[in-house]
Amino acid sequence: MHKEDQPLIFELSTEGRIGYSLPEMDIPEIDLGELLPEGYLREEEPELPEVSELDIMRHYTALSKRNHGVDSGFYPLGSCTMKYNPKINENVARFNGFAHLHPLQDESSVQGALELMYDLQEHLIEITGMDEVTLQPAAGAHGEWTGLMMIRSYHEANGDTKRTKVVVPDSAHGTNPASATVAGFETVTVKSDENGLVDLEDLRRVVGEDTAALMLTNPNTLGLFEENILEMAEIVHSAGGKLYYDGANLNAVLSKARPGDMGFDVVHLNLHKTFTGPHGGGGPGSGPVGVKADLIPYLPKPVLVKNGDQYEFDYDRPQSIGRVKPYYGNFGINVRAYTYIRTMGPDGLKAVTENAVLNANYMMRRLEPFFDLPFDRHCKHEFVLSGKRQKKLGVRTLDIAKRLLDFGYHPPTIYFPLNVEECIMIEPTETESKETLDAFVDAMIQIAKEAEENPEIVQEAPHTTVIGRLDETMAARKPVLRYQQKQ
Amino acid sequence: MKHRYLPMTESDQKAMLEKIGVSSVEELFSDIPESVRFKGEYKIKPAKSETALLKELTKMAHKNADLRTNTSFLGAGVYDHYMPVIVDHVLSRSEFYTAYTPYQPEISQGELQAIFEFQTMICELTGMDVANSSMYDGGTALAEAAMLSAGSTRRKKILISSAVHPESKEVVKTYAKGQYIEVIEIPHKDGTTDLEALNEMIGDDIAAVIVQYPNFFGRVEPLKELEEIIHAHKAMFVVSSNPLALGALTPPGKFGADIVAGDAQVFGIPTAFGGPHCGYFAVTSKLMRKVPGRLVGQTVDDQGRRGFVLTLQAREQHIRRDKATSNICSNQALNALAASVAMTALGKKGVKEMAAANMQKAHYAKQQFKAAGFEVPFEGPSFNEFVIKLNKPVKEVNQKLLEKDIIGGYDLGRDYADLKNHMLVAVTELRTKEEIDAFVKEMGDYHA
Repeated sequence: MHKEDQPLIFELSTEGRIGYSLPEMDIPEIDLGELLPEGYLREEEPELPEVSELDIMRHYTALSKRNHGVDSGFYPLGSCTMKYNPKINENVARFNGFAHLHPLQDESSVQGALELMYDLQEHLIEITGMDEVTLQPAAGAHGEWTGLMMIRSYHEANGDTKRTKVVVPDSAHGTNPASATVAGFETVTVKSDENGLVDLEDLRRVVGEDTAALMLTNPNTLGLFEENILEMAEIVHSAGGKLYYDGANLNAVLSKARPGDMGFDVVHLNLHKTFTGPHGGGGPGSGPVGVKADLIPYLPKPVLVKNGDQYEFDYDRPQSIGRVKPYYGNFGINVRAYTYIRTMGPDGLKAVTENAVLNANYMMRRLEPFFDLPFDRHCKHEFVLSGKRQKKLGVRTLDIAKRLLDFGYHPPTIYFPLNVEECIMIEPTETESKETLDAFVDAMIQIAKEAEENPEIVQEAPHTTVIGRLDETMAARKPVLRYQQKQ
Repeated sequence: MKHRYLPMTESDQKAMLEKIGVSSVEELFSDIPESVRFKGEYKIKPAKSETALLKELTKMAHKNADLRTNTSFLGAGVYDHYMPVIVDHVLSRSEFYTAYTPYQPEISQGELQAIFEFQTMICELTGMDVANSSMYDGGTALAEAAMLSAGSTRRKKILISSAVHPESKEVVKTYAKGQYIEVIEIPHKDGTTDLEALNEMIGDDIAAVIVQYPNFFGRVEPLKELEEIIHAHKAMFVVSSNPLALGALTPPGKFGADIVAGDAQVFGIPTAFGGPHCGYFAVTSKLMRKVPGRLVGQTVDDQGRRGFVLTLQAREQHIRRDKATSNICSNQALNALAASVAMTALGKKGVKEMAAANMQKAHYAKQQFKAAGFEVPFEGPSFNEFVIKLNKPVKEVNQKLLEKDIIGGYDLGRDYADLKNHMLVAVTELRTKEEIDAFVKEMGDYHA
């Protein structure tokens, strides 16, 4: 990585330089003051940088060198599915006929785009085992909230207004309870048992006539398949609640089990995870939602329909929860996901899951002698270790993560899920080779040895990055959230 | 199964199964009960080779009338603008696009710094103190503003101008329903928010008043007068704003806005059939700790070197769970980077020049329509859009225009019952005099 401090773009600015080329003004120019009422013509110029095109390219190239992506190296960030982002996806998304369409063009002029969306929906319906899919939600959390709003409308339409609670496991992603709150529900937590699965006794205790839904990730965030899923579905359904599937971990079960067959009523997918979005440094994602037949009337509008050989949007949806996003979703990401699915085909997607699960189990077994393994059973696409043993030596999970940076790796997810002490959550994905997995495992083993023999080297890591550990307390206590020109 | 994305060989598989102590991959799935096992393969299209798939998708893309080969006068929240070529070169650096949220700052300084710069540029354009790292889009950003206002004022009613983007209004209403917030529309009068009506509707139970600047009809809203009315009742003053327009217009921050939200699609982001775009969210420093989504802050490392981190995370879902200020997790980071690069390329002078070109070209087009005998309702100060009245349905006219490779304006009758046969025309800096004149002429022919 690039070691020198990279100045802010504002610090590189020199008055009089430009980096743009606007079209010629071929009409008579008018003083803007004549077109605006007094007080509405901007007086103070915004302090945007003044730099040449090469300055810009050098700046962002320098920044990119201070960033680690999947293309830079292994990125086993649990629950995020950091798999390879195929380059063909990027090419297709940039086709003029996809990238440069206006969402409000006449439907007759965008039939190719609608065809792609419709066919993607059809593919996702088959993959999830649901009855209908909407592509409108922009990301996973947005999909969660969309799904919960549909569940709320469903209960309300049935006159069932006392269902105010959403049940989530203690191992759930933080977005689950947050989405429940935004959708107007109260969150109730259900405990995990000693096997890392939802405690059925506790589930029976918390589920009742006020339950709107149970939100579940399967496999769960510990990477374990909830074996009792049908029994759980029965508990929730017989109490009148709905079952919500958080699709963040779908990479674990492609062609092996479908949410629709497990009793789920609503599912969201993270197309930037399982279906190679890419992640973009934090987005944009795409979070389509699939539903069973009884929830179809509540889908966000418009709904894409096929009428003969024409595709069109149906706005006449009186029971719809309404719009959750302007236009029709993150189309550009959906194009990439569609390209990926068509690249893999049914046998490819099956191999994706088989290899992802094999990779995870292999790493788990290789690491087992050196770290605590809280749940000793086959994992799915990811697994969790506990850094308890190292903690006793004064080396925290955070230290292990920082030490991994010195080996050129992005660390696993740490301190999540919350129900495992000093948690280390590893998801290798199927696109990594055995050599890569072995090298990472070797690094982890070396760090475990360092924790015993030379803990300082771990505690003081990282040693090779462009910057050391940052003072997060200071950042939060005296927030500096923008550049201010020195006076 | 051999595939270019799957490096597993047969001998790898054998060695790995041995290490695990199982005899087949299938055994690893033995925890999935038989009753929920999916048997066989998905009934989906078979895989295609790289070349064959590119060919098929190229054909699919060609079925669409794109903005590169057609001349567009369609805006209504999404615009065909100058996209500096350099933007896509920066975005194509895969260190950016194949990374995720910068949880490990030591190896994510590039992304964090780029976002810190983005936050700064949004503050500069809007005239606000604090901007977050991005939202999904302008519509959901506005919905978050409504929720922040209701939470912060502990009031449950929102007034929204009918001259706010109709689809954003719908999104605000959907979110509001989740939070038991009532949303009431303020009518517009001649194309801007009706101040008299607002005066009658506002009270001490109103959490926020939401207006758009420039508004959906392209008009410049009277922010000064609006602010006085709104703050007299201690309601939040929320402005949805096209950030490009703020290159020429006095920013909402100068008029005392509490929250400014909108979409940065105008800066280097393709229209992409409606997404992904790039929502932004800016507030006064008073509201800093209530902002939804990620914030990047500056700090120092153990040797005192400047660095950047995700900060004030106690607001966020992964820490606060059901008490978080929002459920947003993934945002639009890569598009925020695109907008940053475009704003950097334009710079202080370019953003002003581009905003001015939009105003001037739209003004020119408006004058041409008037000269051609079109009625132009809602006359008054505007940015790059204006309304014209036709004597036949807009959809019909647009279909005729398409035959001439012109994408006509937006059919306002879709959202406003009293604006049947009214077209919202957008003219950006990209439209040449020749294109504008040809458009006016075609329209005149249909209008005759």
